[in-house]
Amino acid sequence: MTAITPVTTDTVVSAAPFWRLKGFPLIPVSILLLIAFVAVFADLLAPHDPQIGSLARRFKPPFWLEGGSLAYPLGTDHVGRDVLSRLIFGGRIAFAVGFAAAIAACVVGSALGLAAGYFGGWTDRIVSRIVDVWMAFPPVLFSILLIAVLGTGLGSVILAIAVIDWTRFCRVVRAEAMSQARMDYIENARIAGFGRFAILLREVLPNVLPSIVALLSLEMGIAVIVEAILSFVNLSISTDDPTWGGMIAEGRLSIHQAWWMLVFPLITLFLTVLSFSQLGEGLKTHFDPVLR
Amino acid sequence: MRAPCLEISALSATLPTGSRVLRSVSLVVEPGEVHALVGESGAGKSMIGKAVLGVLPTSVRIVEGQIRLEGTDLQALPAKQRRRLTGARTALIPQDPLTALNPSRRVGPQMTDRLVGILGWDAGRADARVRQLLDEVRIRQPERVLRCYPHELSGGMRQRVLIAAAFAAEPRLIVADEPTTALDVTVQKQILRLIADMQRERGTAILFVTHDLGVVAKISQRVSVLYGGKIVEEADVGALFASPRHAYTRALMAATPRYTDPVASLLPVDSTVLAGLAEEIAEADRAWRPLAAQATRSELIARLLPFRRSSRG
Repeated sequence: MTAITPVTTDTVVSAAPFWRLKGFPLIPVSILLLIAFVAVFADLLAPHDPQIGSLARRFKPPFWLEGGSLAYPLGTDHVGRDVLSRLIFGGRIAFAVGFAAAIAACVVGSALGLAAGYFGGWTDRIVSRIVDVWMAFPPVLFSILLIAVLGTGLGSVILAIAVIDWTRFCRVVRAEAMSQARMDYIENARIAGFGRFAILLREVLPNVLPSIVALLSLEMGIAVIVEAILSFVNLSISTDDPTWGGMIAEGRLSIHQAWWMLVFPLITLFLTVLSFSQLGEGLKTHFDPVLR
Repeated sequence: MRAPCLEISALSATLPTGSRVLRSVSLVVEPGEVHALVGESGAGKSMIGKAVLGVLPTSVRIVEGQIRLEGTDLQALPAKQRRRLTGARTALIPQDPLTALNPSRRVGPQMTDRLVGILGWDAGRADARVRQLLDEVRIRQPERVLRCYPHELSGGMRQRVLIAAAFAAEPRLIVADEPTTALDVTVQKQILRLIADMQRERGTAILFVTHDLGVVAKISQRVSVLYGGKIVEEADVGALFASPRHAYTRALMAATPRYTDPVASLLPVDSTVLAGLAEEIAEADRAWRPLAAQATRSELIARLLPFRRSSRG
């Protein structure tokens, strides 16, 4: 996670790449939909059981190399398990963690950020201090610590990521809500007689929403990476379950015998995270009536 | 006797530093009257408007005086009740139409918000009213405009929309905060006439904030001239222009640019006039003992006394 610096909303906005059709992030969406589809129907689509291997067919290369076969299109690992099947089932875990953790972090962080930015005063002071304290922890170490306390398992991983990353939403949303609070139309709504909560929901939130959505998509990518990091150090879920991070960890050990064990999960992880951040950019444009 | 539409009496407001931004301002706006507030930037014109509407910056505190809207003392009301009351009976025509509409929301719902949310109208009635008002401000294709986002409309159009929105709830008082300043010169005149027409038809009182004496002459019946948060002269518009009593008012009039003699008319306000004003304001401040400050001090002493006694023994 340390490799990815928090992207502020300013940097998210940029010229649309040529392959984007009318501002819609077609390629990232297709990639994500494909992975999501495959992950959901993993039981039907995966050619083999991801957990059962046979030492007799260990280190089989991908099908286009000599010795490979279409039965194991992306080869097999050090204990003879099908790499493709493990990738597919790993996608299920990655997406579950990505969605759940990002949404949890988003809801908590955005709510606190909105309140702090719009209400200001003591609310802002308290929330900002908590965020400052939170950000002082090194995130990966913090998550490892949390998992150590909570125990491994899908729920713990989701909780750990949400607990760490809500500050990302909180800071961005707070700053945006703060600048919104000074706008004339907020004053108009106050003059019209609306209370602070009504104004927050109706006037402030729609203006902050593009940033929240962009950040949510980005955060899904980050959550997938953090999950991979945690499973890389064997702190995600049980070792038998296929995770992309776990596959990368195993692949690293066999890199000289079987590069495909490392490369395919890496490419999948890379494409997933890249797609999420591209999707975020596209959604931000889509949600913003001025940019649209 | 009917209460005036707006009655401000001895209103003083301070910054946290203690300096006054409003100095015992008193003025009366009768129903159906346009009352202009003129003065240079920082004279406190907009502050008065904001105080009436209840949207003063949090750093500005009203320390003294009353604001009565149709006889109701606004500051005596609990916050929520005050919001409801001013929401139903007052409105604002803002200075900058470009920032006064929410960029993320369509124009239609923004206009009906107050009718539905505060006055409790049903959506159909609010829609019909807003359409009728857009018609009145001479917007063609009101249907289309209602579905637009603000950035799809020009500045003049947006100001028309805001004027329509301000009049939609049939308020008794509208605060117009330099409504033409941010507009193109060619549009200014139309907008001004529009406000004047709608005001006359409905008999809405307007507190018209401006620094343009030409506008004052055209639209208002009474004028208050402000300097340093103090009303230096108040008069009927005819009397003010015919025979201004205060030296500052005369200086302001002399400073109004004229086509016939553009260079000579661009006079700064004379330094002796400014010195006189400074003296007047200093005099007002010397005489001023904020009641609120006295109260808090005696309260503070009352609160400290038992503590001192108990700490002694």
